[in-house]
Formats: sequence, C-alpha cells, structure tokens
Amino acid sequence: MIRWLLWLMFGIALGGVVHLVTVLALPRFAEQSAYARLVPVSPVNAMVQLPGPAADSTLLPLMDPAFAESVCRYDLGEGPLKFVVPVTQAYTSLSFYTREGVAYYAINDRAAGRRIIELDLMTADQRADLPENDEMTAADRLIVESPGETGLVLVRALAPEPGFMPMVRETLAKARCEASPPAQDKNG
Amino acid sequence: MLIALTVAAVLGLGATYLSVSGQPPFGTLQVGAWQAWPRSGTATIDPYAQAVLIRSGALPVGSGDGVAFVTRRTDDGEPLNARCETVVRGITPAARYWTLTVYDEAGRLMNPPELRQGFTSQEIVRNAAGEFEIVVSPRARAGNWLPVPRAGRYMLVLRLYDTPIGITTPSGPGTPMPAVIQRGCPA
Repeated sequence: MIRWLLWLMFGIALGGVVHLVTVLALPRFAEQSAYARLVPVSPVNAMVQLPGPAADSTLLPLMDPAFAESVCRYDLGEGPLKFVVPVTQAYTSLSFYTREGVAYYAINDRAAGRRIIELDLMTADQRADLPENDEMTAADRLIVESPGETGLVLVRALAPEPGFMPMVRETLAKARCEASPPAQDKNG
Repeated sequence: MLIALTVAAVLGLGATYLSVSGQPPFGTLQVGAWQAWPRSGTATIDPYAQAVLIRSGALPVGSGDGVAFVTRRTDDGEPLNARCETVVRGITPAARYWTLTVYDEAGRLMNPPELRQGFTSQEIVRNAAGEFEIVVSPRARAGNWLPVPRAGRYMLVLRLYDTPIGITTPSGPGTPMPAVIQRGCPA
C-alpha cells in the first residue's frame, strides 16, 4: 500500500516536471507561431507590406484593422540591419519580436521625435564590435539590440479614418530594412 | 511504475494544455469586464503568457506601442452575444489614439470588408461631457454603430496607443474604462 502511494507521489512530482518542461519548450516547437505564419509571405531582410485587414486577419489573428502593416523578417547572421521608416500623419510605430514572439522592444513616432525613424538593429556581439570613440554616431543613432539573430519587426501606421488608408499605405510602402553599410564608411 | 508514469504524463500534459489554452493565467490587469496583460508586450513576459501567445499565432502589442484590453463578457459577466444589443459607454484612459474592434472567438475579423470592423478614437461621436457610446448590434443604429452578424459569440478589443497605462502608471480598478452593458436580447 505504502509502495503504491510512493509511486503515486513520484508520478505527481514527475507530472510537475513534465508540465514545466513542456510549457518552456512550447515556443520552440509551435508550428502556428506568428513567425511561422509570416515565413511564406515575407522574404528575409526585406520590408513587405501585409495585404490588408480582411486578409491579415486570416494571416495573423487579432490584427488591428485600423492599421496598415509592414513586416521585416530579419536574420542578423550577415551583419546589422538599418531601418528607415517614414512617419505618417497620425501614428507610426515599430515593434520588435523574437522568433518566439517576445516583444522585446517597441518605439513610436513621438518617442523617436523625427519625421523619419532611423535605427540600427544588431546583436549584442555586433554592437560590441562597433568603433567606440564615435561620439557623433553614438549620439545620433538609435541602436536596438536583438536578443537573437532572427526575429520580426512589425511597422504599423494608423489610418484614423478609413479614407486615410490609401495615403497611409503609400507612405508605409517607403519603409525599408536593409544591410547597414560597413562601420568605417560612416566614420569617413 | 507504470502508474507513476501514467499519472505524470496525464497531470503534466493536462496542466500544460489547460494553462496555455485560453487566456494567459498570470499578470492580468482587470478593469470592469476588460482584461489586459501589460507584461506580454515586454521582454519580461512569463513563460505561460508566451506559450499562450505563440499557440494563438498573435503578436502582442509592444509596451512602447500601447496596450490591448480584451473582453468576451459584459460587466455583469454575461458572454457577449451577437443576437443582443451591447453598449460600450464611458471614457478611456489617456492615450494618443485608441481603437475598438470586434473579433470572433478565434480572433478573426467578424465582418466582411465593406462593413465597419471597429472605431478609432477620431471617428467617435462624443457627448458634451466627452463620453462616447458605441452600440454593438446586428441592426443599424444611429450614432456610433458597430455591426455584428446575427448570431454568435464575439470579443471586443480596446487598444490604447501611446499611453502611460501599464508602463509608468500603476493601473488597477481605478483606471477609467468604458462600461459594457447588454440591453436587448430578442428571442
């Protein structure tokens, strides 16, 4: 009898371990993740505009139909990326996600404080490799550190009324993500 | 031995399934009928919320962008039913813009593209006190009318953009959120 109880308690404890391991491992194996859903429609290291609210909603759930959206699926394996995003009239934001869907950084047009949001995305290692004595660039550049080499950047622009949507989409079409020029060019 | 392994598998996988289906179990900010998970938009998201999100395929609103409040129920706890007329009335917390959108239970847009999917704060008609009233109903209404199909459950998502809520402001039951009231349910 005691033996049965011991086995049962062992089973419950092991169940706890199974539970924790599966919860922690789930993001790595999820096939329906936002990243996986965007792979077919987004080339690597290029900005593409998502088709529009009706179609977006079947692509990713819970998208805000008042927004035009572009996505850059990035891979920093070849080096840092530079983002140039023109600001629309009402509201523009950039949200940075890891491949596992963690929103590690987001910035909006007001926080950026410019007509064009410009920033560099790089890994911690690539940032450490930047030339240090570069005061000009350090003060002027917005650098975002990605926790991993791959992830997603979602650029969103609000059309406060449906009539503004074509204009917002046109502005958003100018958003770019591309390989940063080598650091020495910037110093020269 | 076999019993122990069976118990472990059933309990462990069962607990995982239950905790990652539906809403994130921890870190919920509840105001009236509305629920938000402000930490889901940050790098400090807990593993349960992350598992819930990744299973759903949705991307959370980043905390530098805004915060999303969701409700599937009225203030009285009744599930939102498209058959009934539901009123969303009051004010929202401070934000540069907000949007209110209606989705089906799976998070898809409910209405065909030619119909209204939601409102932005700029489109809303307000009264003299600055309060708004949005009527969610399958039948056309004067004022701020948000159409829904004639039947089915749905959810409302109120997204606040460029807002201090959830980041710098300690938010709780005192946060001003609109009331959700169901008032007419024809048989």
